[in-house]
Amino acid sequence: MEYEIKPKNKLTLGIDELWQYRELFYFFTWRDIKVKYKQTALGFAWAVLQPLVMMVIFSVFFGQALKVPSDDIPYPVFVYSGLLLWNIFSSGLSNAGNSMVNNANIIKKIYFPRLIIPISSVLVSIFDFMMALFIFIGMLLYYPTHINIAECFLYMPVSIFITCFSTFGIGAFLAALNIKYRDFRYIIPFMIQALLFLTPVIYPVSIIKFAWIKYLIAVNPMYGAIELFRHPIIQKPIEINLVLISLGSSILFFVVGLFYFRKTESYFADLA
Amino acid sequence: MKPILEIKSISKKFRIRHENHSYLSLRDSLTSLFKPDRSSSEEFYALNNVSFDVFQGECIGIIGKNGAGKSTLLKILSKITPPSSGKITSRGRIASLLEVGTGFHSELSGRENIFLNGSILGMKRKEIESKFDEIVDFSGVENFLDTPLKHYSSGMQLRLAFAVAAFLEPEILVIDEVLAVGDAEFQKKCMGKMEDVSKSGRTILLVSHQMGTIAQLCKKTIIIEKGAVIFNDETNKAIDKYLSDHQYKGASWACDSSSARKKIYFRNINLINDKKELTDVLGFNESINISLKIIYNERQPNLKISVTMLDKFQSRIFTSVELLDNHILSDGNEYSLTLKIPGNIIAPNYYTFRYALYDDNGNVFDLLESETKVRIMDTGTEMAKYEGVDYGFLILKCEWT
Repeated sequence: MEYEIKPKNKLTLGIDELWQYRELFYFFTWRDIKVKYKQTALGFAWAVLQPLVMMVIFSVFFGQALKVPSDDIPYPVFVYSGLLLWNIFSSGLSNAGNSMVNNANIIKKIYFPRLIIPISSVLVSIFDFMMALFIFIGMLLYYPTHINIAECFLYMPVSIFITCFSTFGIGAFLAALNIKYRDFRYIIPFMIQALLFLTPVIYPVSIIKFAWIKYLIAVNPMYGAIELFRHPIIQKPIEINLVLISLGSSILFFVVGLFYFRKTESYFADLA
Repeated sequence: MKPILEIKSISKKFRIRHENHSYLSLRDSLTSLFKPDRSSSEEFYALNNVSFDVFQGECIGIIGKNGAGKSTLLKILSKITPPSSGKITSRGRIASLLEVGTGFHSELSGRENIFLNGSILGMKRKEIESKFDEIVDFSGVENFLDTPLKHYSSGMQLRLAFAVAAFLEPEILVIDEVLAVGDAEFQKKCMGKMEDVSKSGRTILLVSHQMGTIAQLCKKTIIIEKGAVIFNDETNKAIDKYLSDHQYKGASWACDSSSARKKIYFRNINLINDKKELTDVLGFNESINISLKIIYNERQPNLKISVTMLDKFQSRIFTSVELLDNHILSDGNEYSLTLKIPGNIIAPNYYTFRYALYDDNGNVFDLLESETKVRIMDTGTEMAKYEGVDYGFLILKCEWT
C-alpha cells in the first residue's frame, strides 16, 4: 500500500476514511455518555428529567394559563412530542459546536477524520432521545389520543432522520467556525434559545395568521421534522409546501456544513 | 528496494502578525480604533525544503535545537497539519507518538482509558482486547485498573500511556521525545521495547534530546536546524557534530565579574599540552595538562579541589582530588596549579571537565559543571578502526596470559 501526504487541494467527503475509523464513533460517543453520567446519583434518569420538567412547565404556563391551542390533542403530548426532537437539535448543536475546541488536545496530536468529533457529539444527544422516547410512549398510553400506528412507522423515523442530518450539518458548520472565531461559543446558546420560539414546539403553526410568517418559519429545518413527527397523532393534514421548504433547508444546511468543515479541517490543528 | 518513506521538498509556512501600535493610554487605544490597521505580517518557514529517504527497518534519529522544526516535521508526517509544499510518499502505515496519554480522560477508569487511547492511536477493538493483558502487565497498574484515572499518580498515568503505545504495530513508528518518562526502571523497559520493535523489522523515526538514547537505538541520524536538514549520516558523526556546534566551550575558560564576590573561586582554566601550548586537541599518547588559577579571598581550612572528567553525554569517568594546602599561595591570594592526566589511557573521543572547590564540611565554594573541552585523537592504537564506536572510556594496558 502506498499513499501520499501533500498540500490539500481536493475537496472530498472522505467516506472511506470514516468507515475505516468507524470504531472511533463508538468510542467517542461512549466516552462522552459515560463521562456525562458517571458521577451522578440519578445517572441516565437525567436524560428523561429535562424534557419531562420542561413539558410540565410549558403545560402549566402555556397550556393551562395562556391556553395555547394544540391542534386538538392534549397539550402535554403536543409539547412533549416537539421537545423530544427539539432536544436532539439543541443539545446536539451546542455539543457539536464546542466539540472541536474541547477536543483540541487530541486534534493537535493524533490523526483521525475530524468529522467524527462533531458527529459523535450529536450521537450523544440521540442517546438521550432514546431514553426520553420511553416516557413519550408512556404518555401516549396515558392520554386519550388517537394514534395512527401504521403512519407512526413511516413518519417518525423519517422525522428523526431529518433532525439528525440537519443537526449534523449545522453542528459541523458551527464546530468549524468556532475554532477560528471563538465568538460562536457565546452565540450558540442564545441562537438556540431564540430558535425555540421560532419553531412550532410550544405552539402549533395553525395559530399564525400571516402566510409570509409561515413561510419564514418553514425555512427552519426543525419545522418539517416536528410536523412530520406529530402527524400520526394529529388529525389535521400537513401543509406539503412548507414541509418541503423545510426539507430543502435541512439538505442545504447539511451539505454546506459538511463541505465547509472538510474545507477547513486541515488547519484546525494550527488554530485550535 | 524502494524506500518505505520518501520525503521530498517539504516546506511549512506560517504567517506571523506584528502589532505596530502600543497601548500607552486609554486615549491611544480609543484613537487607534479609528486609525488604519498598521499591523504587518511576516512569513515564517518552520520547514524549508526538507528531503530525505527512509528504508524499511531503519531506525533514524532526528536531533536539533529547540525550534528547529523537528516537531513540525513529525506533525506533517502524522497528517495533523498539511505541508505548504512538497510531497511525502509512504509505503506503510504510520503511527505517531507525539505525546503519551493523548485522549486519556481523567473520569474514566484505567481499563476504559486503555480502550479509548488504543482506539485513538489506531488499534481495532479486537486488537486491544487481545493485547490487553500484555499492556496491563507492562504498565504495572494491575491493581488500579478500575479506579478513575484522576486518582492515579502522574508516574502511573505515564506508564499506562506508554504501555498502550508500546503495543501498536504499525510499519512506521514516529516518536517525539516521549521516551524520557518515568523512573529509571521504567525507562529501561521502554528502551528494551523500542529495541524489540526495531529488531522486528519496523521502521522508527525518533526525535530526542537524549543523545544516549539516540546513540543506542539509531544507526543514522539527521540534524535539523532552522527548518533545514544540515546533516544526514551515521549517528556517531551526527552527535559529534551537533554537540561540537552547540555544547563545547573551548580549551580555555575565564571567570566573569560575578565570581569576584565568592570567597574562593576559579579565575581561569586552560588545557595545555606538554609543550605548554593552549590546545583543545590532544593525541592519545599525550598527557592532558590542566592549568588552574584560583583566587583565595578568605581563609578556609581543609580546602580541596576536585576535577572530574566527563564524556560527551555528561557521564563521569574519574575524579581527581587535591588538598589546596599542599600548594603555595603566590602573589598573596592566588593558587597556581597544574593537573597532569597521564596519556595512553583515555580513549579517543570528546570530553569536558567538572571543577569544584569545597571543604570536608560540605561547603562548595565554586562549581563549574562542564567547561573546557578536549578531543583526544587516535594516534594509532589497537582500537583505531573503531574510533567513534563506543568501546569505553579507557584503553588500559592489561596483561593476557
